[in-house]
This record gives sequence, C-alpha cells and structure tokens, in this order.
Amino acid sequence: MRVSPMLEHLIRRLLSVAVTLFAASLVVFVVLEILPGDPAQVMAGYEASPETVEVLRKLYGLDRPPVERYLDWIGGLLVGDFGISHAYHVPAANLIAERLPVTLPLAAMALTIAIAVALPLGMFAATHHNRRGDLTVMAASQLGIAVPEFWFGILLVLLFSVTLGWFNAGGFPGWDEPLAALQSLLLPALALGLSQASILTRVMRSAALDTLREDYVRTAWAKGLTRRRIVWGHVFRNALIPVTTIIGLQMAFLIAGTIVIENIFFLPGLGQLMVGAIANRDLIIIKDLVILITAMVVAVNLAVDLLQAAIDPRPGHHG
Amino acid sequence: MVEAAHSLVRRVAASRTFLAGALLTGLLVATAVVSLFWTPYDAIVPDMPIKLQGSSAEHWLGTDHYGRDVLSRLMVGARSSIVVGLVAVGLGLSLGVVLGALAAARGGWLDELLSRISDLVFAFPAVLSAVLITAIYGPGAVNAIIAIGIFNVPVFARVTRAAARQAWARDYVRAALALGCSPLAVTWRHVLPNIASLLIVQATIQFAVAILAEAALSFLGLGVQPPQPSWGRMLNDALTYMYVAPGIAIYPGLAIVLAVLGLNLLGDGLRDLLDPRLRRLR
Repeated sequence: MRVSPMLEHLIRRLLSVAVTLFAASLVVFVVLEILPGDPAQVMAGYEASPETVEVLRKLYGLDRPPVERYLDWIGGLLVGDFGISHAYHVPAANLIAERLPVTLPLAAMALTIAIAVALPLGMFAATHHNRRGDLTVMAASQLGIAVPEFWFGILLVLLFSVTLGWFNAGGFPGWDEPLAALQSLLLPALALGLSQASILTRVMRSAALDTLREDYVRTAWAKGLTRRRIVWGHVFRNALIPVTTIIGLQMAFLIAGTIVIENIFFLPGLGQLMVGAIANRDLIIIKDLVILITAMVVAVNLAVDLLQAAIDPRPGHHG
Repeated sequence: MVEAAHSLVRRVAASRTFLAGALLTGLLVATAVVSLFWTPYDAIVPDMPIKLQGSSAEHWLGTDHYGRDVLSRLMVGARSSIVVGLVAVGLGLSLGVVLGALAAARGGWLDELLSRISDLVFAFPAVLSAVLITAIYGPGAVNAIIAIGIFNVPVFARVTRAAARQAWARDYVRAALALGCSPLAVTWRHVLPNIASLLIVQATIQFAVAILAEAALSFLGLGVQPPQPSWGRMLNDALTYMYVAPGIAIYPGLAIVLAVLGLNLLGDGLRDLLDPRLRRLR
C-alpha cells in the first residue's frame, strides 16, 4: 500500500514532535531533580530544619528512585494530572487552566499584530527597494529590534496610562467583560507584537526581494499581467514560505516575551505564575510550566510546517 | 599591498553603518571602562534625602528611589551588560564552533544527533533555561550567563556547520585530505580560517541578543542581583516609581537601545566589509 506523501510527512513530523518533547522532559527532570541541588531542601527553604525537609521529601515522593518519579510525572501529564502546587496547595492543573485564558489570547493578539504590521510593510519595502520608503522601513525595524519589548511596554504605560489616561496601567477584568478584557490585553499585545514585527518585516522584505528576481516573475511581467496580480498573486504567495518558517521560530520568543510582559501589566497569566513560582520555590509548577511552554512552541512549529506544505505551490515539496 | 590597504580604509570610511556601529559600541565600552575608575557619584550607597529627583545640574539624569545617581548606576550597569554578554557569547562560540565543526567533519549519525539537539535547544528560549537554573540554584549573574550561553551554542553550531560543510567541499580541502592531512588538521588550517569572518559577524549580533536577554532576565529578577546595578533591574524598580519620576523608566531603556543598536549596526557593517569578494584584496 502506498501512503500519500502528505500523510507520510505528517507521520514523520508527529514522531519528531514526540521525540523532541520526550527529550525536553528529560532535560527538565534532570536539571531539577538529578543535578546537584536538593529539590526538597529548595522547596522547604534553606532555613528549614532537616525534619521539615524529610517530610517534604516523603510528601512529594522525592525519596523514590528517579526512574519511577520521572514516569509518574510524565504519566500524570498525559492524563492531565500536573501534581499539587507546593505554594498554593491546589492542583497545578487548575492554576495553569485559570491562567491560559490570559496568556493564549495575549500571544495570539501579539502574533496577529506582528503579522498584520510586518507582511504589508515588508512587501512595501521590497517593492520600493532602495527608495526612500524602503530605507525608512528598514531604519524603523533596525530601531525596533534594539528596543526590548518590556521597555516598549513601560513606554506605552507611561504614554497611554500615565500621561493620556486612556488605559488602565494593568490588571485583567476577566472574560466576563469581553471589551474590557480585550482592552487590557491591547497595550501588552502591541508591545510584544511590534517588537516581533521588526524582525518579521525584514524577513518578509528579503523573501519578497528574492522572489522578485525569480524567472517566473519575469515571465509574468512578460505575459503582461497587472502589477497587482504579480506582486500579490506570485511574489507574496511564494515569499510567504520562508516567512512562515520564521514565524514558527519566533513563537519561542513570543511566548518567552509574554512571561516578561505579563509582569509589567500585572496580567494573571502563565508568566506571572512562573515568576511567582520562582519566588515561592514551587518546583512542581516550574517543572510543569517549562514543559507546557515547550509543548506549545513545538505544537505551533508543527502547525506552521503543515500549513507550509499546504501553501507551497510546488508539487511534492513537503520537507 | 599598499593599494589593498588603501581600498580597505576607503571602504571602512564609506560604510556609514559600520562607523555608526563602531561609534556606539566604542561609547559602550568606554563608559564601562571609565566606570571602573570614576563615576560622578557612588553607584551603590543610598542617599535617601535626595531620592527620586528629576534632572538637575548635580544629577544630570536624576536620582533613583534610594537617592542614588542614575547616571552613575547606568555607567556601572554597562559593565554588567558587557561582562554577561561577552562571557555568554564566548561560551556559546567556543562550544558551538567545536560541535559545528565536528558535525561538518564527521557527518552521519553524529551530525544528525547534533542537529536534533540544537533543534531542541532552539525551542527553549533563554528565559526558560534561566527559570530552570534559577529555580534550583537561585538567581545570579553566573546563572544568567549559563542560561544565555546555552542558548548561544546551537546558534554558533549551526552557522559553523553550514559554512564548514561548504569549505569541506572545496578542491584544496579535498586535496589536503588526499595528501594525508588529518580531518582535525584540515579543520584547523583550512576550514576555520575560512569561516572566521562569518563567526565574527555572528558573534557581534549574538552579543546584542545577549544584552537584550540579560536585561530581560535582570528585569525578572533572575540576573544580576541588587545592589549591583543592571539596566534590566533598574527598569523593574522603575515600574513602582515611574509615576513619580518618569526619568528612571526612560534612561536605562535608552542605554539598552543604544548598546544593542550599536552592536547590530557594527555586525551589519562588518558583514558588508568582510564580504568574501573583498578577501582577495587583503
């Protein structure tokens, strides 16, 4: 039986996702529980008595063999049992589930802003190559790359909340009030999205410039197609392939960015949970969050990869 | 020879990108060096009566919530950025080049394994490794350096591998192998010199990335610890006090932007100047 190339590609990619996640979980486990440094002592605090440390060691099963602990953790993750938070004494899964509705929409909004800004600007710069518009866009993106997203966030707070008073300086009202919730995510999403757009604009521009030099684009001109059909129908569509790869790679930075930016806008998302977990030495939460965020990054890259196979007009190019 | 040198000088003088980058980077380094010997005021000892003042003739950039001079703290903070950035990039460069050169020289399963590992590390932003390391060993500059350094390893490994494979395909490299040179000797004598300029450019750009990462980590409290000044930490303090003294939220950010912009421009400028077409002129 012959498997279609698309299906074969999908299976190969799913396998590689599984291997990546397995390796990542090993790294997290080894760093937190095997390398020198006693997790029970860390959670108990350095001023704790040896008795307290022993109690915690028993409580979290840290006295059991490593292989057993690792399998327990992974087995739990697979069925949605993320363990009990050491600091809050509630299931870690509940804490994470409460915060996903902040972090995921924030990341999605930021990504949307980045794409909505970067793709048109990059196309504009490429079609005005070496003219004033191109140079302006390139200078702006060079500056944007140098601006840390959290400082950009602070500047937005200073301008829109402190000076103009248009937005609250932070906090999140919950999705019961959808408009207010969207509004409180707007400034942080702008800070994150525009930072990412700086890089993406350059990628879009150079991908479009490469495509503009292709033979089939010259053929399209010779055929007398309109400029609009050539630029958007041929150049844009083909240039999107390298651009989507970079979008996938940027996801790791985007999600890392939400961790930082949530702490500026006092948003109760995964980033705030993580920074709180470090302060509380809540290793259970940290272990879960790191693997969850890695899984999110890997999942987005998988989606990008499949999308790419779908938009690539060349037949048989699924790698 | 003389003509070649003249041509290089002309090119350097003509590259505005390179000059602007070199100027800003020079300013960054000079600030850090000067701060070793002199700052307008002590950067660490508090002076509470004059806290949160705006700009004045005495304190050009004002004072922070402990009454410490912001300019002095920015100058000393430049040192943290440079040290963390340099060591982290040095770590990533040395390990990454060895791994990348090995992958290119050996190929096969080793190459495949190293590629997979570097994919894995790429899915792990520096902030996540810093969180992991900090969770068990506590926050600090050394742990920030390790976290940023780890992230840099696959960056350099990939650049080295890709460029080294091209070098391995050259005729004179094959000739050297045929004459009985060991792969190690070929790597050292022929491959590495060929990719050195590429690595210099990449190192400059990664230095800028490392300064941004260090600022983000210190901002989260995972990097350089107080009272030692760092730009990221100063911005974190500003979150509380910027309503009274907006200056403390602006100047550290400007310092980061100028440093990163300078290094990125320097990297771009170097890339243009070290273009392979130029190499025969030198």
